[in-house]
Amino acid sequence: MASKRVAAVDRSRCASCGACENVCPRSAIKVKGGCYAVVDEEQCVGCGKCANICPAGSIEIKERAKA
Amino acid sequence: MKKKRWYDYLWLWAILYFTLGFFNILFAWLGMIDFLLPLALAIFGGNKFFCNHLCGRGQLFNKLGGDLKCSRNKPTPRWLASRWFRLAFLVFFLTMFGNMVFQTYLVGSGASSLREFVTLFWTFQVPWGWTYAAGTVPDWVAQYSFGFYSIMLTSLLLGLIVMALFKPRTWCAFCPMGTMTQEICKLKNKKQ
Ligand code: SF4
Ligand code: SF4
Ligand code: SF4
Repeated sequence: MASKRVAAVDRSRCASCGACENVCPRSAIKVKGGCYAVVDEEQCVGCGKCANICPAGSIEIKERAKA
Repeated sequence: MKKKRWYDYLWLWAILYFTLGFFNILFAWLGMIDFLLPLALAIFGGNKFFCNHLCGRGQLFNKLGGDLKCSRNKPTPRWLASRWFRLAFLVFFLTMFGNMVFQTYLVGSGASSLREFVTLFWTFQVPWGWTYAAGTVPDWVAQYSFGFYSIMLTSLLLGLIVMALFKPRTWCAFCPMGTMTQEICKLKNKKQ
Protein backbone atom coordinates (compact mmCIF):
# COMPACT_ATOMS: atom_id res chain seq x y z
CA MET A 1 0.00 0.00 0.00
CA ALA A 2 1.27 3.45 -0.87
CA SER A 3 2.11 5.85 1.93
CA LYS A 4 -0.16 8.80 2.64
CA ARG A 5 2.58 11.29 2.06
CA VAL A 6 5.20 11.75 -0.61
CA ALA A 7 8.17 14.05 -1.33
CA ALA A 8 7.89 16.72 -4.03
CA VAL A 9 10.86 18.69 -5.42
CA ASP A 10 10.70 22.31 -6.54
CA ARG A 11 13.00 21.98 -9.54
CA SER A 12 13.54 25.71 -9.89
CA ARG A 13 15.16 25.81 -6.45
CA CYS A 14 17.02 22.50 -6.43
CA ALA A 15 20.81 22.84 -6.42
CA SER A 16 21.32 19.21 -7.46
CA CYS A 17 23.70 18.75 -4.54
CA GLY A 18 22.65 15.19 -3.80
CA ALA A 19 22.17 15.56 -0.05
CA CYS A 20 18.67 14.08 -0.36
CA GLU A 21 19.88 11.15 -2.45
CA ASN A 22 22.47 10.25 0.16
CA VAL A 23 20.05 10.32 3.07
CA CYS A 24 16.99 8.59 1.59
CA PRO A 25 16.51 5.16 3.23
CA ARG A 26 14.67 3.83 0.18
CA SER A 27 16.80 5.25 -2.64
CA ALA A 28 13.63 6.95 -3.79
CA ILE A 29 15.14 10.31 -4.67
CA LYS A 30 17.97 10.81 -7.16
CA VAL A 31 19.66 13.71 -8.90
CA LYS A 32 18.91 13.46 -12.59
CA GLY A 33 21.56 14.51 -15.10
CA GLY A 34 23.03 17.02 -12.65
CA CYS A 35 19.97 19.27 -13.05
CA TYR A 36 17.52 18.51 -10.22
CA ALA A 37 16.35 15.75 -7.91
CA VAL A 38 13.55 13.43 -9.02
CA VAL A 39 11.34 11.41 -6.68
CA ASP A 40 10.32 7.85 -7.45
CA GLU A 41 6.81 8.09 -6.02
CA GLU A 42 6.38 4.31 -5.95
CA GLN A 43 9.34 3.93 -3.60
CA CYS A 44 8.95 7.08 -1.51
CA VAL A 45 7.34 6.56 1.90
CA GLY A 46 7.13 10.25 2.77
CA CYS A 47 9.47 9.98 5.75
CA GLY A 48 10.74 13.53 5.27
CA LYS A 49 14.45 12.81 5.73
CA CYS A 50 15.25 14.40 2.39
CA ALA A 51 13.25 17.54 3.14
CA ASN A 52 15.03 17.86 6.46
CA ILE A 53 18.53 17.70 4.96
CA CYS A 54 17.91 19.74 1.79
CA PRO A 55 20.05 22.90 1.97
CA ALA A 56 17.97 24.73 -0.61
CA GLY A 57 14.58 24.09 0.97
CA SER A 58 13.36 22.67 -2.29
CA ILE A 59 11.58 19.57 -0.99
CA GLU A 60 8.08 19.53 0.40
CA ILE A 61 6.30 16.51 1.88
CA LYS A 62 2.81 16.51 0.43
CA GLU A 63 -0.33 14.48 0.72
CA ARG A 64 -0.34 11.90 -2.03
CA ALA A 65 -2.80 12.79 -4.76
CA LYS A 66 -5.77 10.39 -4.72
CA ALA A 67 -5.67 8.08 -7.69
CA MET B 1 22.35 0.76 6.46
CA LYS B 2 23.69 1.42 3.02
CA LYS B 3 26.98 -0.19 2.18
CA LYS B 4 29.89 2.23 2.45
CA ARG B 5 31.87 2.92 -0.68
CA TRP B 6 35.47 4.03 -0.84
CA TYR B 7 34.36 7.51 -1.80
CA ASP B 8 32.28 7.89 1.32
CA TYR B 9 35.53 8.64 3.10
CA LEU B 10 36.60 11.58 0.97
CA TRP B 11 35.79 13.96 3.84
CA LEU B 12 39.20 12.85 5.10
CA TRP B 13 40.70 14.34 1.97
CA ALA B 14 39.15 17.70 2.79
CA ILE B 15 40.82 17.69 6.21
CA LEU B 16 44.11 16.43 4.79
CA TYR B 17 44.17 19.20 2.19
CA PHE B 18 43.97 22.03 4.68
CA THR B 19 46.44 20.34 6.99
CA LEU B 20 49.02 19.92 4.23
CA GLY B 21 48.69 23.57 3.26
CA PHE B 22 49.39 24.50 6.85
CA PHE B 23 52.82 22.91 6.58
CA ASN B 24 53.71 23.43 2.95
CA ILE B 25 51.75 25.86 0.84
CA LEU B 26 52.74 24.17 -2.41
CA PHE B 27 50.24 21.39 -1.61
CA ALA B 28 47.57 24.00 -2.39
CA TRP B 29 47.96 22.97 -6.02
CA LEU B 30 46.32 19.63 -5.21
CA GLY B 31 43.11 21.61 -4.79
CA MET B 32 43.01 21.95 -8.56
CA ILE B 33 41.59 18.42 -8.55
CA ASP B 34 38.51 19.79 -6.76
CA PHE B 35 38.19 22.36 -9.52
CA LEU B 36 38.90 20.35 -12.62
CA LEU B 37 37.29 17.01 -11.76
CA PRO B 38 33.76 18.40 -11.17
CA LEU B 39 34.03 20.46 -14.36
CA ALA B 40 35.23 17.47 -16.36
CA LEU B 41 32.41 15.29 -15.04
CA ALA B 42 29.86 17.98 -15.87
CA ILE B 43 31.23 18.81 -19.32
CA PHE B 44 31.90 15.25 -20.49
CA GLY B 45 29.54 13.24 -18.30
CA GLY B 46 26.68 15.72 -17.97
CA ASN B 47 26.32 14.94 -14.28
CA LYS B 48 27.09 16.21 -10.81
CA PHE B 49 28.60 12.95 -9.63
CA PHE B 50 31.28 15.03 -7.95
CA CYS B 51 28.84 17.00 -5.77
CA ASN B 52 26.62 13.99 -5.27
CA HIS B 53 29.31 11.52 -4.22
CA LEU B 54 32.91 12.71 -4.38
CA CYS B 55 33.13 16.13 -2.77
CA GLY B 56 35.03 15.89 0.50
CA ARG B 57 33.89 19.30 1.57
CA GLY B 58 30.21 18.48 1.24
CA GLN B 59 30.79 15.25 3.18
CA LEU B 60 32.69 17.12 5.87
CA PHE B 61 29.82 19.58 6.34
CA ASN B 62 27.45 16.63 6.53
CA LYS B 63 29.59 14.94 9.18
CA LEU B 64 30.13 18.03 11.32
CA GLY B 65 26.67 19.50 10.90
CA GLY B 66 24.72 16.25 10.77
CA ASP B 67 26.47 13.49 12.73
CA LEU B 68 28.23 15.79 15.19
CA LYS B 69 25.29 18.18 15.40
CA CYS B 70 27.33 21.35 14.89
CA SER B 71 24.45 22.82 12.91
CA ARG B 72 21.28 24.48 14.15
CA ASN B 73 19.59 22.61 11.29
CA LYS B 74 17.31 25.55 10.52
CA PRO B 75 16.02 26.18 7.00
CA THR B 76 18.41 28.07 4.73
CA PRO B 77 17.04 31.60 4.14
CA ARG B 78 15.26 31.51 0.82
CA TRP B 79 17.28 34.32 -0.76
CA LEU B 80 20.53 32.47 0.00
CA ALA B 81 19.45 29.54 -2.15
CA SER B 82 17.70 31.64 -4.79
CA ARG B 83 18.85 31.55 -8.38
CA TRP B 84 19.87 35.20 -8.59
CA PHE B 85 21.99 34.98 -5.48
CA ARG B 86 23.64 31.77 -6.65
CA LEU B 87 24.51 33.30 -10.02
CA ALA B 88 25.67 36.58 -8.47
CA PHE B 89 27.90 34.71 -6.04
CA LEU B 90 29.31 32.66 -8.90
CA VAL B 91 30.19 35.84 -10.83
CA PHE B 92 31.75 37.39 -7.73
CA PHE B 93 33.73 34.23 -7.09
CA LEU B 94 34.98 33.96 -10.66
CA THR B 95 35.99 37.62 -10.60
CA MET B 96 38.04 37.08 -7.47
CA PHE B 97 39.50 33.93 -9.00
CA GLY B 98 40.47 35.92 -12.10
CA ASN B 99 42.07 38.56 -9.90
CA MET B 100 44.09 35.86 -8.16
CA VAL B 101 45.31 34.53 -11.51
CA PHE B 102 46.20 38.10 -12.51
CA GLN B 103 48.23 38.58 -9.31
CA THR B 104 50.04 35.36 -10.16
CA TYR B 105 50.78 36.73 -13.62
CA LEU B 106 52.13 39.97 -12.15
CA VAL B 107 54.51 38.03 -9.95
CA GLY B 108 55.51 35.82 -12.87
CA SER B 109 56.29 38.80 -15.06
CA GLY B 110 58.29 40.46 -12.29
CA ALA B 111 55.88 43.39 -11.97
CA SER B 112 55.23 42.56 -8.34
CA SER B 113 56.93 40.40 -5.80
CA LEU B 114 55.83 37.28 -3.95
CA ARG B 115 53.68 37.90 -0.88
CA GLU B 116 53.62 35.08 1.63
CA PHE B 117 50.14 35.72 2.95
CA VAL B 118 46.87 33.86 3.04
CA THR B 119 44.06 36.33 2.42
CA LEU B 120 40.82 35.53 4.22
CA PHE B 121 37.45 36.80 3.02
CA TRP B 122 39.30 38.68 0.27
CA THR B 123 40.36 41.22 2.92
CA PHE B 124 42.38 39.99 5.88
CA GLN B 125 46.00 39.13 5.28
CA VAL B 126 47.29 36.38 7.52
CA PRO B 127 51.07 35.80 7.53
CA TRP B 128 51.67 32.27 6.24
CA GLY B 129 55.38 32.46 5.46
CA TRP B 130 56.48 29.41 7.46
CA THR B 131 54.92 27.16 4.86
CA TYR B 132 57.35 28.16 2.14
CA ALA B 133 61.12 28.37 1.79
CA ALA B 134 61.90 31.14 -0.70
CA GLY B 135 63.31 30.00 -4.00
CA THR B 136 62.07 26.39 -3.86
CA VAL B 137 59.97 26.94 -6.99
CA PRO B 138 59.47 29.88 -9.37
CA ASP B 139 57.81 32.77 -7.52
CA TRP B 140 54.59 32.60 -9.53
CA VAL B 141 54.09 28.95 -8.59
CA ALA B 142 54.32 29.90 -4.93
CA GLN B 143 52.12 32.97 -5.41
CA TYR B 144 49.41 30.85 -7.00
CA SER B 145 49.62 28.44 -4.05
CA PHE B 146 49.01 31.22 -1.55
CA GLY B 147 46.21 32.63 -3.67
CA PHE B 148 44.50 29.32 -4.28
CA TYR B 149 44.77 28.25 -0.66
CA SER B 150 43.24 31.60 0.33
CA ILE B 151 40.21 30.90 -1.82
CA MET B 152 39.85 27.36 -0.51
CA LEU B 153 40.18 28.39 3.13
CA THR B 154 37.85 31.37 2.77
CA SER B 155 35.14 29.26 1.17
CA LEU B 156 35.61 26.55 3.81
CA LEU B 157 35.12 29.12 6.57
CA LEU B 158 32.05 30.59 4.86
CA GLY B 159 30.72 27.05 4.53
CA LEU B 160 31.31 26.33 8.20
CA ILE B 161 29.52 29.54 9.22
CA VAL B 162 26.40 28.80 7.18
CA MET B 163 26.58 25.18 8.33
CA ALA B 164 26.44 26.29 11.96
CA LEU B 165 23.62 28.75 11.28
CA PHE B 166 21.44 26.71 8.94
CA LYS B 167 21.54 23.23 7.39
CA PRO B 168 24.73 21.12 7.41
CA ARG B 169 25.21 21.53 3.65
CA THR B 170 23.79 25.04 3.22
CA TRP B 171 27.05 26.01 1.53
CA CYS B 172 26.16 23.59 -1.29
CA ALA B 173 23.04 25.64 -2.02
CA PHE B 174 25.22 28.46 -3.37
CA CYS B 175 28.68 26.93 -3.79
CA PRO B 176 30.16 28.34 -7.03
CA MET B 177 31.39 24.94 -8.16
CA GLY B 178 27.96 23.47 -7.55
CA THR B 179 26.25 26.29 -9.44
CA MET B 180 28.69 26.16 -12.32
CA THR B 181 28.42 22.40 -12.80
CA GLN B 182 24.63 22.53 -12.51
CA GLU B 183 24.41 25.23 -15.20
CA ILE B 184 26.66 23.16 -17.47
CA CYS B 185 24.46 20.12 -16.93
CA LYS B 186 21.32 22.14 -17.69
CA LEU B 187 22.84 23.37 -20.96
CA LYS B 188 23.88 19.87 -21.91
CA ASN B 189 20.48 18.38 -21.16
CA LYS B 190 18.69 21.08 -23.08
CA LYS B 191 20.68 20.27 -26.20
CA GLN B 192 19.89 16.58 -26.10
S1 SF4 C 1 18.99 18.06 -1.26
FE1 SF4 C 1 17.60 19.62 -2.11
S2 SF4 C 1 18.92 20.92 -3.38
FE2 SF4 C 1 20.05 19.04 -2.98
S3 SF4 C 1 19.59 17.71 -4.73
FE3 SF4 C 1 18.11 17.20 -3.14
S4 SF4 C 1 16.34 18.49 -3.59
FE4 SF4 C 1 18.04 19.35 -4.72
S1 SF4 D 1 10.44 11.32 1.90
FE1 SF4 D 1 11.80 9.71 2.68
S2 SF4 D 1 11.44 7.98 1.27
FE2 SF4 D 1 10.62 9.79 0.27
S3 SF4 D 1 12.30 10.52 -1.01
FE3 SF4 D 1 12.42 11.63 0.94
S4 SF4 D 1 13.86 10.44 2.18
FE4 SF4 D 1 13.20 9.12 0.48
S1 SF4 E 1 28.16 22.20 -4.00
FE1 SF4 E 1 30.35 22.66 -3.67
S2 SF4 E 1 30.82 21.98 -1.60
FE2 SF4 E 1 28.83 21.11 -2.16
S3 SF4 E 1 29.30 19.09 -2.94
FE3 SF4 E 1 29.30 20.45 -4.73
S4 SF4 E 1 31.42 21.17 -4.97
FE4 SF4 E 1 31.22 20.25 -2.94
